[in-house]
Order: sequence, then C-alpha cells, then structure tokens
Amino acid sequence: MTYITKPKLHHPSLPKNSVGFTRRDYEGRVSTLCAGCGHDSISASIVQACYELAIEPHRVAKLSGIGCSSKAPTYFLGASHGFNTVHGRMPSVLTGAYLANRELIYLGVSGDGDSASIGLGQFAHVMRRGVNMVYIVMNNGVYGLTKGQFSATADKGSVAKKGAVNNDSGIDLASMAILMGATFVARSFSGDKHQLVPLIKAAISHPGAAILDVISPCVAFNNHKGSTRSYDYVREHNEAVNRLDFITGQAPITAEYAPGTTVEVRQPNGTTLRLAKIAPDYDPSDKAGALAYIQEKDREGEVATGLLYLDSDPHDLHGNIRTVQAPLNSLDEETLCPGSDVLDRINAALR
Amino acid sequence: MRQALTGTALTATNDFVVKFANVNGSGSASANELFARSILRMGVPVSPRNIFPSNIQGLPTWYEVRVSEDGYLGRRGGIDMIVAMNPETWEQDIAEVAPGGYLFYDSTRPLPPSAFRDDVTTIGVPLTAITNATYSDPRQRQLFKNIIYVGALSVLLDIDPKVIESLFGEQFKGKEALIDSNVKALNLGRDWAQQNLDAGICRLKVEARDKVGDRIFVEGNAAAALGCVYGGATVCAWYPITPSSSLAEAFASYCRRYRHDPETKEARYAVIQAEDELASIGMVIGAGWNGARAFTSTSGPGISLMTEFIGLAYFAEIPATIINVQRGGPSTGMPTRTQQADLLSCAYASNGDTKHVLLFPEDPRECFDFSAAALDLADRLQTPVFVMTDLDIGMNHRLCEPFAWDDAKRMDRGKVMTAEELEAGRDFGRYLDVDGDGIPYRTLPGTHKSKGAFFTRGTTKNAYARYSEEGSDYVENMERLLRKFDTAKGLVPQPIVREADSPTRYGALYFGSTSPAMTEALDRLQADGLLVDAMRLRAFPFPDQVRDFILAHDKVFVVEQNRDGQMRTMLSTELGIDPARLVPVLHYDGTPITAHFILGEIRRRLAQYHVVPLERAVS
Repeated sequence: MTYITKPKLHHPSLPKNSVGFTRRDYEGRVSTLCAGCGHDSISASIVQACYELAIEPHRVAKLSGIGCSSKAPTYFLGASHGFNTVHGRMPSVLTGAYLANRELIYLGVSGDGDSASIGLGQFAHVMRRGVNMVYIVMNNGVYGLTKGQFSATADKGSVAKKGAVNNDSGIDLASMAILMGATFVARSFSGDKHQLVPLIKAAISHPGAAILDVISPCVAFNNHKGSTRSYDYVREHNEAVNRLDFITGQAPITAEYAPGTTVEVRQPNGTTLRLAKIAPDYDPSDKAGALAYIQEKDREGEVATGLLYLDSDPHDLHGNIRTVQAPLNSLDEETLCPGSDVLDRINAALR
Repeated sequence: MRQALTGTALTATNDFVVKFANVNGSGSASANELFARSILRMGVPVSPRNIFPSNIQGLPTWYEVRVSEDGYLGRRGGIDMIVAMNPETWEQDIAEVAPGGYLFYDSTRPLPPSAFRDDVTTIGVPLTAITNATYSDPRQRQLFKNIIYVGALSVLLDIDPKVIESLFGEQFKGKEALIDSNVKALNLGRDWAQQNLDAGICRLKVEARDKVGDRIFVEGNAAAALGCVYGGATVCAWYPITPSSSLAEAFASYCRRYRHDPETKEARYAVIQAEDELASIGMVIGAGWNGARAFTSTSGPGISLMTEFIGLAYFAEIPATIINVQRGGPSTGMPTRTQQADLLSCAYASNGDTKHVLLFPEDPRECFDFSAAALDLADRLQTPVFVMTDLDIGMNHRLCEPFAWDDAKRMDRGKVMTAEELEAGRDFGRYLDVDGDGIPYRTLPGTHKSKGAFFTRGTTKNAYARYSEEGSDYVENMERLLRKFDTAKGLVPQPIVREADSPTRYGALYFGSTSPAMTEALDRLQADGLLVDAMRLRAFPFPDQVRDFILAHDKVFVVEQNRDGQMRTMLSTELGIDPARLVPVLHYDGTPITAHFILGEIRRRLAQYHVVPLERAVS
C-alpha cells in the first residue's frame, strides 16, 4: 500500500473558516513520501493557504504529472478531484480542464523533471496561453522515484550523492516562466512557510498564469554537501526580494510597515497584494529588471526568492478567446446545436 | 495544330474522366471546381479528386474529374481528356491519356509534332494569347486564364454556360463587378472555341439529366467539423497536419457562424491550436475529464505522438473523440496521398492492453453522422473514440446524401452522477460496474461539497479509485474494461450487407473510402454473374454479425488500402478467424482505390478457385 487513510476524528474545538471548514478538511491522505521531504511542507502550506482563503475544497481541481512531486496531490485537498496525468504533460490536461469549466480553481503540481526535462515544452506553452492556474513546481534538482539522477534544474557543477558532477546548464524555471508570459512568478523555499503560504494565497487570487518555483530539498538523494538544493545550502543562500501580505479587497491591513517600504498592487478581480520590500530597489512589475536580478543573484550563488514578477493586468486564456461566462461543460443542446433548419440551409448551399 | 488521328476518337456522354494538370498556387483549383460543379448542376454526378504535392507554390498538381451518369463516385482510373496546363508534366500527362482520348492545351507557343500523340485528338486553344490580349495585370492574367479554359471546355463538352454564370452569381453574390469579369473571361474562351474549333472535334459530351437529386457536394473534413458542431463539441484542440488541418479550421469557421451568443457575441466553444499533438490530445482529455465534449483532428504521425495519452484515457476512462484523416506513411511519408493504414496503430494505441473504438465513415455524410455519434459514444463509453476517415474523403468534394438532424435528439452524456444523487446517498465507486455493462459512473470536478471526489490515475487503483497495486484489483479492472468493450459492439454503427443474387461461398469485406469503388466493382461482378456477398464494416469492435458473415463464406475478400492487411489482422485476431479464410485485396500506392483494381483482384482469385459466372454454370 502506498497510502494510509488518516483518522477522521476531529477535535470539536478546531476552528472553522468562513465557509465552515476546519484546517483538517483540507488535508489529504497520509503522505508516503520520505520523512523530511520538502514536498510535504509544500502540501502543508497549500492546506494552510486554502483554509485561510476559505476556499470550498471541491471547487479546486488538482492536476499533476509524474514523479514524487506529482504524487503529492494525494496528500492534500482530499475532497477535491485530482488527476495524476502522464509525465511532463500535466499542463495540457490542465488547459483542457480549464477550457471546460472556467469556474474552478486549478492547481497544477509538478516537479523539476516533470516540468524542466520531459515537460519543458508544455511548461512554456501553458504560460504563454495565460491559463488561469497556480502551477507549483516542487523543485529538488533530482529524480527521486528513480533514485537520484540529475534533473534539468540541477545547477551546473553541483554534485550528486554518488559523486557525479553535473556538467549541463541548469534551467531556471522562474526566468523561463517570465520570458514565456506568466503573469505571476514567485520563488520560495519549502522550509519557509511564512514566505510560502502568502505566496500560494496570492497566486490563487491571481487571475492568470501563476507559477511558484518552490525549492524543496530531497532528503534521500539531494541533501548532501555539494548539492545546491540541500536544506543547508538554500537556507544559507536564500535572498528574498520582498515579503508578501496577501490582502483581499475587504480585509483590513494589519501589519505595520515603515513608509516607503511597501508596495500595493490591486488586481482586476478586486484583490490587493501588499509587498514589503526587502531588496529596496526591486520592482516586481519590471520584467527585464526581474530577469536581470535573478541572473545577478545566480552569479553570486544566491537564490532570489519572493514575488519576482507580477503583471497587475494579466491576460487569461478564456478572455483571449472570448468564451461565454458559463462553463462550456454546462452548455446544452439549445445553445450548442444549430438545429435542423440551419442544416437545411447548409445543405442548400452545398448543392 | 491539327494532326490526322489514328484509330477512333472516344465517344461518350456523361461517362468520362477529365484530368487537369496545373501548377499549384496558380488559382486553378477554383476554376477546376467550377468545371465540376457546372456538370453537377446539369444533374450529372461527378467525383473530383485533388492530386497534389506537399507544397504551396510552383509544383505540379492535378485535379481529376470523373463524370458518371451511373453515379459511380470512386476513382475510375484512366484519363479520357487531359487539360495540360503544366509544361513540366507534359510528357507524363500526355502518356496517361487513353487511346482515342483528347489533349486540350495552350497553343500560344508552337510545339514540335513530337510533343503530341497521333492516337489522341489534339485541341489547342491559345489561352495565353487570348489572356494577354485582354488583361494587363499579372494576377488577373493568371486567374482569368483558368476561367477562359473552362469557357472553351464548356463549348467542347456542351456544358450549359447559363449554369456556370449562375454559379458565378452564387460565388460572388453582391459583388457584381466580379461576376461580370468572370462571365467576360468565360465568354472569351467560349467565343474563341466557337469561332475556331470544329464543332465535332470533341465527342465527349455532357447532357442534362436528373441524376443528382437532393444530394450535396461537400468535403469530408467540413462534414466532420459540422458533425462536431451538431454533436455538441465545445473544445477542439489540434495541431496542423495534412490532410486534417482543414477539419479544425472548418470547425472554427462553423462555430464563428453558429456558436456565438447572439447578445454578448461571446464564444460557446474553444478552439486551441496546440504546440503539438501531445498537447492537443492532453487538452481534449483534460476537457473530457471535466465534462466538456472535446475532440481533436489529426493524421498518422499525430496519432503516434498521442499514443501515451490515448492509453491513459483508456485506462482512466475519459471521453475523447479523435478524428484521424489518414494519409500515407510517416512524417516524410506521403502526406498528400490517401491510405487506410492507421487501423492497428489506432485500434491498439498505447502501452499496456488496450482496445479502442473505431468508426469508419464511407463519405462526407457519414463523416458528419459518425463525428456527432463519436461524441455520444465517447461520453457513453468513457473512452477514446476514433473516426477513421482519410484524405480521399476528407479533402475532396464528394456527392453524398444531405445532412440530416433530428431536433428531438439529446446529447448522451453517459453515466455522470449528479450532486442530487450523491446527496441522496447513492454509493459512488468510480470504477464499480453497477449495471453489469462494464461502464462505471463518474463525477465531474466541483459537483458536490463533500461527496464524489476521486483521484484519477492509470491502473493503480481499486473500484473506488483508491491507490492499489494489488493484482486482483488490476485484473478485476481489466476484465471490466473488456466487458465495456463488449458493450460497445451494440452501440457502434452496425455493418451493412449487400447480398449477391443467389447464395454464394464468397464474401467481401470493405470499409471507409473504399465504398464507391467497391459498389461499382460489385455491380460489375453482379452483371458478370460472379456471386459475391459484401459487408461494409462501419465500426470496431466488430458486432457479432461480422463473425457470422465470415463463417457463412468459404473465402472472404478483405479489401483495404494498406500494405499489411491490417483489417484482416484485426478480424483474424479479434474474432478467432482462420486467416486462410480471409483473402487480402490490398491497394496502397497512395492513390484512391479503383473499381478496376478490385475487380481485377477478385476476378483473378475467383478464377483460381475455379469459379465460373452463374449463367455459364447453369447453361
């Protein structure tokens, strides 16, 4: 068995959110990933974010590819439909699902092998199309399920557990996503829940293609000295550009910031994102600047994290092709079938 | 240029083949289609075929029009008149003409006598000279030269000019200037021919009949696209590939016309040109999983790329409609030639044990019907369904029965459990065979607050969609999938039988675009007193009567357009038939199969079996 059912006993005093769910209602089955796997922390952050946003779990569809990361959707949002697709092709399935019903929240879960190696093509094109989704890459630089091969995000010169040195250039999915047209691009670290949870909430609120590249150390195969994806390495080299408060349209602003140290971005759907600046000159609305900053930090051996790029007026696939507001999967014969009279006219024109 | 003709000139009314040899990109296609349509409007059936290269401009292209009062729409083979407009292919084109046939050419530049055949009537019209004397704009010269030859041909063949003029009127409705200029060009050709050609030079004639009835003239790709509109498809994801591209484009075009909200002008459909076929099928599967009717159209190489996903859809039981407009070979195969060579790659697409539903339309009308039916079948059976058309049907105008639709018909969305049913406490196991037909119930994402959610994956699951690697769960699931496939037998279009005049030991099976050639071949066999029962297969899995038909005959010819006898393999494997009983009749050079070929093959085999015609046998 590779899943374990969680006991359903809830403490009666567990707090409920505004739609009547406790935090535990957002959990899934017990994880079968290795103890200490970064992916489990990301799952926990997703649970926390959905609980705090008071999303009804069944309004989320979670889709994944293949790999350790792609097993993770079993371990959160047990009341949501999930789809474990094929390796590297989750983006197209998610795109189709989104086309069918624009009203659900789509959570794409993938890994670095799934997105940067076999799935680089679909990764690029789903960003180009502006599919309204949250795409989470659980990025550990290594193939876990097949026991320790490098993935395409592994840094050049990093060392595998068994001593092999990676000679190939690493792919930076955050930069790729910015270039390909994603409108919300963030990077975080599975070990930094305070940074990650608000980023997930903001990504869910973003009405366009949102991607979170989450460094998520693999305790089994990529947590050793010489790895650039180990807990120790990422903790030492994490350079956050900002800290995000996710704020809905109605919620009061609670945290205090010194004047000039925050930026507020209002999104077309009425949500507001407030960013506390950490790198004082960093402007996440500047695409070229973001790309340059990521490159600069990379050269210094640092990992730039935070909300790296945000287009406050994002495009969206349904908007681009001007589909009706009602989900396509809800349309009936009346609206879809032109009927026999029209067909008679079509026949007449073909004689 | 006139030469004395050796032998007799071909004489025929409403029964001949004209082939146009053109350079592609020269605008000849619409003039040639005009020629074909004008004969059709005179009540005489025609079947035109494009024979074109994988190229946009400058290479040879042909358009072959068979005129057949008897209504035979298959390719006949042989050419009675060549309209030789391409110097590059001159030799080949002239050589193809039947003895006694006709050569129509542009005689502006003199050609040596060696360029002609003395057993073919030569009809020269100085098309370039006429054109250049009238038009100065190069594009006009190019386009109107084509209309001028249609004009000259209308005189030679007795095509009614009023019919052509009315076709201009329909084509350029509201653009009087265009109508006038086309009529003028037509008359330039007509006037020259009437003034300069002997009245009796051409003995191929068109005479008005009433043999077309209310049939329509349409390409299979457009028909299939329309079937998807009527069948309720809302998502089309595709990647350009010849010969299927015009199908997705036609779907988009029909949708622009019939699928916009009249008030908001918003689209009740989504057409996505994907980055490749991996993505197009992925999108179709995602949409199908989420309850939208979705399809893709593609051809052989696209199917190869989609194969892993098709397997997932089979095992995860997700509706998907795939229209395969078959062509020859691999990517650098024969993309502009026709074949039926993807049967095995579609029927068993994927790793693992899989079988898929295939439908075989014979013409555009069935492309329409079967595409709409495929969307129903995919939802009902929760599985990929293939519509196996081909280039011959897909990219050529074909005369067929008019489209028909019953407004009382509802979409069959299959077994989808609703929020109300879940709320009422109905047991939901995604892969439970509740009804004994192998088809389980599904729920759509977002249906119910706390019930009915499940995790979709391949085969590592039990009947409640929980993760399982237990062998017993796997086997139970795979057995249920076989039961489901068995259920499909009764839901797919059933075969159509044509019995010979008397009981016979010989049968023939055929399918898809082979149909018109086969009909003609069967008529000829019947006329010759050779008895062959025939069955047109319309779907896989094979309904039980296919097996019965085969077992009722000693030998069954299996007529198909591929090298390896793929249908024969499937019949033998799926029905447990001794392959010796199934005699392959295979045509696979990329051209559409002809009655002539089928007749030759069947006659030859029958002679080997010492079959003599019925009349002689009884006399």
